[in-house]
Amino acid sequence: MSRTAEPALAAGGGERPASARRGRPMSRDRVERAALRVLKPLVIAVFVAVTAFPFLYMVMLSVRDIQELILDPGSLWPRRLTLDTYADVLTRQGFLTFMRNSAIVAVASVAVTLLISIPGAYAVARLRFFGHRQVHFLFLAVYLFPAIVLAIPLFVLFTMMGLRGSLFGLILVYIAQTVPVTVYMLRNYFETVPRSVEEAAAIDGCTRLSTIWRVVLPLSKPALMATGLYVFMIAWNEFLFALLFLVERRESWTVSLGLSQLAGSIEIPTTVLMAGSVVLTLPIVIVFFASERLLTEGLTAGAEKG
Amino acid sequence: MSLTLQKQEGRAGLALISPTLVITLVVVVLPLLWAVMLAFQDVRLINIRSKGLFGGYTLENFRYVLSEPGFWPALVNTLVYTVAGTALSIAVGLVAALALRDRFKGRTLVRASILIPYVAPVVAVAFLWETMLNPQYGIVNTWLSQPIAFLSQAKGTFLGVEVPVALLTVIAFEAWRYFPFAFLFILARLQALPADLEEAAVVDGATPTQRFRYVIMPQLWRIVALLAVLRFVFTFTKFDDVYLLTGGGAGTEVVSVRVYNFLTSRDDIGAAAAQAIVLAVVLVVFLALYLRFFAGGEREQNR
Repeated sequence: MSRTAEPALAAGGGERPASARRGRPMSRDRVERAALRVLKPLVIAVFVAVTAFPFLYMVMLSVRDIQELILDPGSLWPRRLTLDTYADVLTRQGFLTFMRNSAIVAVASVAVTLLISIPGAYAVARLRFFGHRQVHFLFLAVYLFPAIVLAIPLFVLFTMMGLRGSLFGLILVYIAQTVPVTVYMLRNYFETVPRSVEEAAAIDGCTRLSTIWRVVLPLSKPALMATGLYVFMIAWNEFLFALLFLVERRESWTVSLGLSQLAGSIEIPTTVLMAGSVVLTLPIVIVFFASERLLTEGLTAGAEKG
Repeated sequence: MSLTLQKQEGRAGLALISPTLVITLVVVVLPLLWAVMLAFQDVRLINIRSKGLFGGYTLENFRYVLSEPGFWPALVNTLVYTVAGTALSIAVGLVAALALRDRFKGRTLVRASILIPYVAPVVAVAFLWETMLNPQYGIVNTWLSQPIAFLSQAKGTFLGVEVPVALLTVIAFEAWRYFPFAFLFILARLQALPADLEEAAVVDGATPTQRFRYVIMPQLWRIVALLAVLRFVFTFTKFDDVYLLTGGGAGTEVVSVRVYNFLTSRDDIGAAAAQAIVLAVVLVVFLALYLRFFAGGEREQNR
């Protein structure tokens, strides 16, 4: 064999690969290509199975009676479809209340976070103020800082202030944790708005705030959407702070907390709780896929620069 | 004139950024400083009001926490869980990104499917795994000849070797849930790679594996290194996943779960804070080591 692994790249001229291939029908290149042709669909199929199957199973379990699961745990399709599980979880187990709480927390977090981070992002993108280089470091630190360390002082503080059990405290924490990231996401987008458009607005007599409101924001709708949805997902999914602050007051539970607390009890059938899981997961999956392109582009924007 | 404009701009900038700074300062930075103080004080929820913010500092919490028999195994668990979870999620994400790199029919759908584990709420997926792995009615155990208590069994034998069953299950969960994160970043990088290098390699007769080894991978090291740092930082202090899956039982207790238990069931704020600080310090030490040895070597490879 004249062709080893190494010189393939180093060789400048030398023999042409096409003729080499014709000469040896079972060249390494052909073997590898053939193997990849078979392997690739196989790998893709495994990925789909591993990621989609559990969620299919979740839905399938949620529409059957618990007796059926215990008698025949191996079956995937339910023999008799029932939606009683959903009625049970929403009303008797209180998931309607939990969903209301989660919606309040998520929507309030999105609104206030945007309200705070829009001017902040604009300042970082456009204005030179004292310390504008240092804020990045602060934001990165907040983004990377472990929540479990922060949980201790906040738990103590909220206990002392009697804020435990109130959704207000939780919203405050979510805002503080997401604002640095959203400022960063929005700043990246604001920087792409041409300065000349803003200058034109200024000449037309717009103040700085009205320039932001009338010129920058309408141009940044996709970024605002993506940022808002990011905050919504964080607030809807979050577990640790909800557990620390709300666990003693059942009427304040979020959906995540409600499911985790009820999952331990023996009285509630697993199929009913699976209906609860579907109720918890579905809004997020819908929101995510409605905005998937926006979100992933925002999330990985830094990666493309290399 | 220009000076006043500059001043004006500076003032406007500070005014616009101040809400951001105030909320991060009040809800993140100041509490963190307080957490450090708490770690050096003997405080519980009952006596917190009588203890002042300052003074009464002692190293007692650290001595107590480090001498507890459960701490060191928990730290080892944290390390094993983090390293294995990080490495697996990145490796699986890389394979997924390579498999989905070229267009094919239904790629958007496959991509969507791959992202669900990462997007779905952690409580829902943890409960789903618990149900699927349940020894009595879980579907996974109906496929096995002998049911395995994946989440409540500390040790088991596999092919004659003793393995930590629950810890491995938690690590598998970690890889399953976070490989889409690596997948997203690596795929974005893959699709931004210039095509000419690979085309040149094809002309030179490089086989697919050679192209991967000598052309693609060298261009991916930086994103992989970044992912390794991010995943390591996030996983090292992660609480939700282990707490929801096993509650820290069956040999899976990690330090963050211990912190939570000290804080809530033992009501020992000082010890909880001390433990969290130790965790954060260990994390910083590992990061420094990583950046010192790996990031330097990686830069040389790129040259």
